[in-house]
Amino acid sequence: MTADLARIGPLHQWGGLFATLPDSVQVLTEQFVAQVDLRLDPAGPAGADVAAYLGVALPEAPNTWVQGDTATVIWLGPDEWLVTSPFASPEALEAGLREAVGADGAVVDVSAQRTTLRLRGAHAADVLASGCAVDLHPSVFATGSAAQTTVGMAGIVLLALDDSASDYRLLVRSTFARYLASWLLDAAQEHS
Amino acid sequence: MIELPCPWCGPRGVSEFRYVGEGATRPDPATATPQEWRAYLYLHENARGWVRENWYHTAGCRRFFKLERETESNETRAAT
Repeated sequence: MTADLARIGPLHQWGGLFATLPDSVQVLTEQFVAQVDLRLDPAGPAGADVAAYLGVALPEAPNTWVQGDTATVIWLGPDEWLVTSPFASPEALEAGLREAVGADGAVVDVSAQRTTLRLRGAHAADVLASGCAVDLHPSVFATGSAAQTTVGMAGIVLLALDDSASDYRLLVRSTFARYLASWLLDAAQEHS
Repeated sequence: MIELPCPWCGPRGVSEFRYVGEGATRPDPATATPQEWRAYLYLHENARGWVRENWYHTAGCRRFFKLERETESNETRAAT
């Protein structure tokens, strides 16, 4: 008999610290999502099959993400995407995509690789900008924009969720999550 | 910070990249002499002025690409 282990995120004990932040900079830990790394030739036949499975075409423009019916698809490279879904189990998402891709690409479950943070508030972009060199102005980084970049010393995938530079999703490698959380708490100090 | 033009991600800070070396043409390992292979690996032009270089976008799209850099002023531009 195996023990039933509860799934906990790397930041499950940080809620109290995040709660001390002002309304203009809110940090929240988001729920666990299944994450699958997808590699295929977008010009090949697998692209259409994957689009049919996900209900949305794979974004081919660099630095973008799109929302499907049940999954989010993030551009990671000219032949690479990150598919995340809060609805499917990692195994189900991987199996479904693998069936759609067939032999024309690679599908790997990377759910354990990254954890998700939400950064919201009027000063969200200001906090990020103190350690992130990407231009975050909403005229160039609005809803549907994504960037793989660094915040402080941590590599992240940054998604813009609104057009007013006040709502972001940050996917960070689990082992860097506490570093990033500390960094955000520190950077938020000047806005409290 | 120097800004490099990634052909996929656009302009990004140089700390996201790794320098991979001068943009020399790799000789065919099957036919290259040991001298040619050594020259390819270890001998560099180290020229002044505009040079062609290989870079790797470590913290971004993780793709290798070529760009041109002015070694005196550190101006950069997309490789033509």
